[in-house]
Amino acid sequence: MNFPKELKYTKDHEWIRIEGDRAYIGITDFAQRELGDIVYIDINTLGKDVSRDEVFGTVEAVKTVSDLFMPVAGKILEFNKKLDTNPELVNQDPYNDGWMVKISLSDLGQIDQLLTADAYAGLVGE
Amino acid sequence: MNNTALTDAHVALKAKMVSFAGFNMPVLYEGINIEHETVRNGLGVFDVSHMGEFILKGDNVLDLIQKVSSNDASKLFDGKIQYSCLPNATGGIVDDILVYRIDENTYMLVVNASNIEKDWDWISKHNNFGVEMKNISDRTSLLAVQGPKAAMALQSLTEIDLSGMDYYTFRKGVFAGIENVLISATGYTGAGGFELYVENKNAKQLWDAIFEVGAPYGIKPIGLGARDTLRLEMGYCLYGNDIDDTTSPLEAGLGWITKFTKDFVNSANLIEQKKNGSSRQLVGFELLERGIARHGYEIFDQNGRLIGKVTSGTQSPTLQKAIGLGYVDTAYTKEGTEIFVRIRETNVKAKVVKPPFIKISTR
Repeated sequence: MNFPKELKYTKDHEWIRIEGDRAYIGITDFAQRELGDIVYIDINTLGKDVSRDEVFGTVEAVKTVSDLFMPVAGKILEFNKKLDTNPELVNQDPYNDGWMVKISLSDLGQIDQLLTADAYAGLVGE
Repeated sequence: MNNTALTDAHVALKAKMVSFAGFNMPVLYEGINIEHETVRNGLGVFDVSHMGEFILKGDNVLDLIQKVSSNDASKLFDGKIQYSCLPNATGGIVDDILVYRIDENTYMLVVNASNIEKDWDWISKHNNFGVEMKNISDRTSLLAVQGPKAAMALQSLTEIDLSGMDYYTFRKGVFAGIENVLISATGYTGAGGFELYVENKNAKQLWDAIFEVGAPYGIKPIGLGARDTLRLEMGYCLYGNDIDDTTSPLEAGLGWITKFTKDFVNSANLIEQKKNGSSRQLVGFELLERGIARHGYEIFDQNGRLIGKVTSGTQSPTLQKAIGLGYVDTAYTKEGTEIFVRIRETNVKAKVVKPPFIKISTR
């Protein structure tokens, strides 16, 4: 499985790509495989401040539904609109076209507590 | 956890394995949608060896089957199969089963994996008829070859005329060079095809032969995930979801296999229920707004009154719509009735529809 080194990860299987005080968030290759065919992504927190570990949305797959958890505290600035018509992008390209939300970080100090690619790979047994 | 005779084959195919009814089973190989579509339009094969098989034998075997099952097994003839259920004494269902008449004195019952022990005990308890019972589940493998191309693809493996077999009939014969294979024109997908019962020691040979003749038809291995979406599109009940020890066959829409032409366990009470009607009914529904209903979600009417519960739900790969089954108060069972499924604090609009959700011929 693929876990890009430049990203940070959570034990809940989200990845985060930090660009200054902004960041992109999605789910990992491991998570998309576990969920299987994704039907839609529901983000009901657009424009809101969400704390770390709080639910910012849900992913509905054919087989099951899963909550999405914030890796760090932040404000949800944008949802990846491509996913409205092509939710399968999360399965096909979880780290690029399959990104889910863009946020502004409210506590840069929380970054240090995220997992590295190696630590996350260890967590999922790779 | 139990393995089937084909577990190694699934692992070699990189299946995602899960524990199901105590068995280590493939839930998917490539993905539910692609596997679903493969069975609907082409050809797929499932290992469903977790299912249980009992052989019942004796002069009075029909009396025992008539006593414990709801359908009228006297209608069976040699080589004929019947869908039936085992009612319990308190209004619910012990299991739903298939009854195979092998000959006048010999029948095979096919039961759900999760209920093998419960069914065995239940039938044994009612066996006051001197019927000899044998549980052959542990040494029997079952492959379901399903899809519109099944008969064409498999024909070269046997001299039995597969396309000439009627739905819900079976034959025994040589298949893929293996003696005594039970070939059953049944399935749980609505896509047509066959279910093949063999001894464990022959399972891999059969599996390989099916893939060989299926290759020109694009055959794929199919997991339990797609089995569930396929059966749900047809509105087939799944034991443990849509029917269980507390649901009556009449409420579950299984009146067509509940025949009061004979006496059976709890038949007197079920006759009463048929006369008086029941307070709830299993209905099909499709969501009219975005969402997917899941087992256990609550169902409300437009005034916010709780009227039932979802028993099965998924995104239909064929229709690209969310569909489901659930019990609702009898007043809300009419086709087209607007109901609301609560999905994470939101009431999502749905309407009652009559299953099957997709209209196709099963053969």
